[in-house]
Amino acid sequence: MTAGCGLRPRPHRVVGRRRLAGDVVSLELEPLEGEPLAFRAGQFNMLTAFGVGEVAISISSAPGEGSTLHHTVRDVGAVSHALTASRVGSLVGVRGAFGTDWGVDALEAEDVVVVAGGIGLAPLRGAIEQLVSSRTRRRRREGAPEAPHPGEHHPPREAREHHSTQPRPPHLHLSVLVGARRPDQLIFEDDLERWREAGAEVEVTVDLATPGWEGGVGVVTALVPRITACEPDRSVAFVCGPELMMRFSARALLDWGMDPERIFVSLERNMQCGCGICGHCQLGPLLLCRDGPVVRYDRTVASLLQERER
Amino acid sequence: MGASSPWKAQHIAGAPNDTAPARTDAADATVLDVEGLVTLLEVLARRGYRVLGPRVRDGAIVHGELSSVADLPRGWHDAQSPGSYRIEHTDDEAFFAWAVGPSSPKREVFPARSVAWRGRVSEGEVAFEDGDAASEQRPTALVGARPCEAAALGVLDRVLGDRGAGDPHFLKRREGAFLVVVECATPSGTCFCDSMGTGPAAGNGFDLALTELAGDGGGHRFLARAGSEIGAEVLSCLPGRPADEADRAARTALLERARTSMGRVLDTAGLPALLARNVEHPRFDEVAERCLACGNCTLVCPTCFCSTVEDASDVAGVLERRRSWSSCFDLAHSYLHGGPVRASTMSRYRQWMTHKLSTWWDQFETSGCVGCGRCITWCPVGIDITEEAAAIRRSDGARRGRRGGR
Ligand SMILES: Cc1cc2nc3c(=O)[nH]c(=O)nc-3n(C[C@H](O)[C@H](O)[C@H](O)COP(=O)(O)OP(=O)(O)OC[C@H]3O[C@@H](n4cnc5c(N)ncnc54)[C@H](O)[C@@H]3O)c2cc1C
Ligand code: SF4
Ligand code: SF4
Ligand code: FES
Repeated sequence: MTAGCGLRPRPHRVVGRRRLAGDVVSLELEPLEGEPLAFRAGQFNMLTAFGVGEVAISISSAPGEGSTLHHTVRDVGAVSHALTASRVGSLVGVRGAFGTDWGVDALEAEDVVVVAGGIGLAPLRGAIEQLVSSRTRRRRREGAPEAPHPGEHHPPREAREHHSTQPRPPHLHLSVLVGARRPDQLIFEDDLERWREAGAEVEVTVDLATPGWEGGVGVVTALVPRITACEPDRSVAFVCGPELMMRFSARALLDWGMDPERIFVSLERNMQCGCGICGHCQLGPLLLCRDGPVVRYDRTVASLLQERER
Repeated sequence: MGASSPWKAQHIAGAPNDTAPARTDAADATVLDVEGLVTLLEVLARRGYRVLGPRVRDGAIVHGELSSVADLPRGWHDAQSPGSYRIEHTDDEAFFAWAVGPSSPKREVFPARSVAWRGRVSEGEVAFEDGDAASEQRPTALVGARPCEAAALGVLDRVLGDRGAGDPHFLKRREGAFLVVVECATPSGTCFCDSMGTGPAAGNGFDLALTELAGDGGGHRFLARAGSEIGAEVLSCLPGRPADEADRAARTALLERARTSMGRVLDTAGLPALLARNVEHPRFDEVAERCLACGNCTLVCPTCFCSTVEDASDVAGVLERRRSWSSCFDLAHSYLHGGPVRASTMSRYRQWMTHKLSTWWDQFETSGCVGCGRCITWCPVGIDITEEAAAIRRSDGARRGRRGGR
């Protein structure tokens, strides 16, 4: 479902803006005209700060979660600064949606382990939302049948059948492990709480505790062996964060007993076009804007990621 | 008018340029004399094309506007070897007795600099203006492209064209263009199209293919074949006669001579896999000792497609997104916050070379190299992609020692 290569961005209006952490701002965008952009959780858009430039930014809302598009941007350079500084009412250009997604729609009854580092939670947020809303409803259905809300995600038919013949304990089988450098750099804290209330196992850790922090301290990979909501042999894992963190997380998930075929990571490279024509997002046999950003963490990908050190 | 161009038909149908049945025979060719070539240029101009072709400029044979056959490099030849290019004039009557120059048709369908869009942003809206010069320009007829260059355009169709879903400016330029390929009689010291299956005969991807025949006793003449409906239409406007056995035999002999006089050979058997398993080969360190990371090889290559965009605004508030060629030898190419992914010259040469010969197949189901030899000729230190690949083949499996790191 990757969009073609229109070179002109579609103007969107900033209709909401929220500062999530010191340097992280979430924007809500609405097209000036026409239908809202269609996308899947894990895909990204090329966002233009008019007069400044264009960068790849993941979509942090879930398909069907309201009519606006959410993007969560960390202010690290010229374009990201202009985006985070844009005010409600101003215009931002959007091209997309591009790339591969987490494949949430294709999931059947798998347990899902999400491992996020820092801003890496942004591309995962939509997938978690989708899982929480669909599976919360499925759980309700198992108890007392309830009509699904229109426009919401329905699990594939096979999954539902599978579910009815093999009843599972009534919880989400969703573990969300989140790491941040410091407590003030945690993003989506309200969402984390909401997901927890919906039945997900949500664990948060920081590298560096500050006064008042009562949560865990340490690297996010250390949380993997302590997962209780999911079983390694029935899980898929979605991982996003700094590249080194993703490599260590993948290793921890393998040690925990997961099949490498079921570990997915979202990778980042320089992207000038998002649609396969600029050549900047090369990663060995992959063009990451087209064959990624979400890729299976197989041996090829694992070895390609070491390129940076060679 | 471009609707019947073979280029378009090719990518709309999704037929790979490299596996579509190539017609290299000249069974139903027409013979044109020099007057026929004169008429061809006139017919193309009359049909509204901007006619481009080879011309001598600044000591090289490059593409430029052609006003008549007098502009063609008649009697000129090129001598090429690793790191060296030279042209010389003789009293030879041939127009196309040279190999390839530094410029390629890529420039016409994918300019070195262009404007992706131009527009004005005011409080409530964005007003776009058409920023692409292609929309104002007449379609291009390129006369005297080489078979390897037609193949390179086929490669770009897969990459930039993406079967119609790709770069809209490229698609527009490509769709309207008319290509007259001239088969190769005089390959250079760096050519290896025979190894890549892209020449010296023209297989497909052209509107018209010519073979220049001279000095065989049959007079100075051209065997002409049409490769598209529009090509056939143009050919029917030219004064000619059907080719006979002698004409066809002369062409066969010419192509055979060309085939055996290529300066370079590349063994392509299992090459993508060979390179994929040898990314740790010590040869990459050795070549990096010589490579200047100047990027000349990418600039002259007819299939290199990388581009970078930059946004600008002027005092009047007009915004512009400028797009220009870029090179994987440039540190900024792989820049991510925190630094470039490919910092060493080794990793950048390896990226370029393995992309051309190996990972291009994974990404686009075709080779990224058509064997034109430009990267060898125009490399200031004469690095030769065929020699690098051969060296790796000779010591398949050798591994470089770890430098730094773990
Ligand atoms: C698929 C994908 C999804 C992404 N999703 C998100 C997302 O959801 N949220 C998000 O915030 N980001 C995301 N990114 C990253 C984003 O695309 C940008 O890379 C990031 O915002 C920085 O862009 P910038 O132009 O603002 O900064 P840049 O100009 O690239 O600067 C980044 C940093 O490097 C420094 N720098 C700039 N140029 C140089 C130079 N030449 N030499 C040395 N240092 C330099 C700057 O000072 C700054 O500290 C994603 C990237 C990809 C590929
Ligand atoms: S890699 Fe070299 S020989 Fe091959 S097409 Fe490019 S310039 Fe020509
Ligand atoms: S191979 Fe030659 S032309 Fe290419 S970057 Fe290196 S020195 Fe320059
Ligand atoms: S971002 Fe341009 S090709 Fe992938």
